[in-house]
Amino acid sequence: MAADAPKKLLEPFLWTLFSAGGVVAALLMPVHIFLFGVAFPLGWLRDLSHGRALALIEHPLVRIYLFVFCSLPLFHWAHRFRYTLYDGLQIKHLNEVISVFCYGGAIIGTALAGYLLWRIL
Amino acid sequence: MTPHETKGAVQYTPYHPRWYRMRVSTYWWLWKWDYLKFVLRELSSIFVAYFVVITLLQIHSLSRGPEAYARFEERTRNPLMIALNAISLLFVLFHTITWFNLAPRAIVARVGGKRVPDIMIAGSNYVAWLVISAAVAWFILR
Amino acid sequence: MAETIQLEVMRYSPEHDAVPSFQRFEVPYRKDWVVLDALNYIKDKLDGSLSYRWSCRMGICGSCGMMVNGEPKLTCATFLSHYAPDAVRVEPLRYFPVVRDLVIEMTDFMIKLQKVKPWIIRKDEKSIVDREYLQTPQQLDAYKQFSMCINCMLCYAACPVYGLDPLFTGPAAIALAQRYNIDSRDQGAKERMDILSQHEGIWGCTFVGECTEACPKNVDPAGAIQQYKLTAAKEWFKSLLMPWGAK
Repeated sequence: MAADAPKKLLEPFLWTLFSAGGVVAALLMPVHIFLFGVAFPLGWLRDLSHGRALALIEHPLVRIYLFVFCSLPLFHWAHRFRYTLYDGLQIKHLNEVISVFCYGGAIIGTALAGYLLWRIL
Repeated sequence: MTPHETKGAVQYTPYHPRWYRMRVSTYWWLWKWDYLKFVLRELSSIFVAYFVVITLLQIHSLSRGPEAYARFEERTRNPLMIALNAISLLFVLFHTITWFNLAPRAIVARVGGKRVPDIMIAGSNYVAWLVISAAVAWFILR
Repeated sequence: MAETIQLEVMRYSPEHDAVPSFQRFEVPYRKDWVVLDALNYIKDKLDGSLSYRWSCRMGICGSCGMMVNGEPKLTCATFLSHYAPDAVRVEPLRYFPVVRDLVIEMTDFMIKLQKVKPWIIRKDEKSIVDREYLQTPQQLDAYKQFSMCINCMLCYAACPVYGLDPLFTGPAAIALAQRYNIDSRDQGAKERMDILSQHEGIWGCTFVGECTEACPKNVDPAGAIQQYKLTAAKEWFKSLLMPWGAK
């Protein structure tokens, strides 16, 4: 099937993105969620003021870090969620729809991250 | 007579017994505790994506000025948000732990002909995680 | 300890039954008996029509794989004492069509085993008179674990991906392919990669890991598949960055 050929070519690449995203999510997400999702809102630690946050984000390395932080885990989700829907819900006939939704979502999220971090200059 | 294999399709003969095929239920993942753990691990990716969205919203509010940022921070203080984030943290930690514990199976490292033991590969991942988390926390909090 | 133990055995006779049913047997309980001993007792003394596969009774032939209390096990290596005094439920290996009672149809597995070309592939065949293929103990060590497979199919019974998608090549077949890929005498990795770098090949696997849990020989098929994925990814990037490389 013509639709199979590009997917056969892309699968190793998608898996690599998934793995890279998995590593980034495993290493970085816990501390981010703990600080911004739990510790700061509950007042356990002094949170990041607007001024300080802007000062930090001005640094290009911080913006690159945030871009990687937002983009790769999204591709991790896309790949994993695609297989979860495929296997778990047994909706194979929607295979193409699932792929477009998942990887499309990740691409949109990546584009958004790039745009936001570029514009914040 | 036994079923004869021709080009991947089984040819039925007059004496072929009717096989019984059990249909796999949509709830197969509830059959075993290990299956359930697997599905929970896979679902952790949803919480990963969720927090990326939160981070994007945070960056967006940052660019719109102090009032927008303050409103964002106010929303994170909502008890429902805190609860959701706490659950996300648990799921992401589950992802981290299962990821590091499985890493040694995919990575075969050899030093001087002998295979590096699994616990060293997993262990070095955990150490890297602690060091990087501490560095990020210090950078944000200092 | 009780002198007897109950076995709940799945029965299916294609001539009479539309669906399988369970039949209870009471067998003597001996501390050193395995489930296979109980099945043999049933066949000898209680119901000669019970059908099941077994051979070596010592965990090396791979014939006696069945579901014992919902877990894929070699019945010759599963002790009754592990379950006593509760009843023991014996069913045919999961995710395979049932031919009769505890006997399953395994042609699908046989086809998949052959599909991966599980033999040494050489570009330059040398006759035995010319030379032997030398291999150091370290080179043997690299693939030895994956060569221990006894083709018992317990991993297929444990793998939910195989259950959901019968086209999936499955743990044992892929582990066997990897066993030859990393054998220093083999030159067929590219051929196998073309066959297995497909959705029904290695990419169907989502690393549930149940196959490794079920394996009685510690082959670790899940590990083999993940290593294969890593190799496939490296090959993909290599072919992307260096397309002029040997095809």
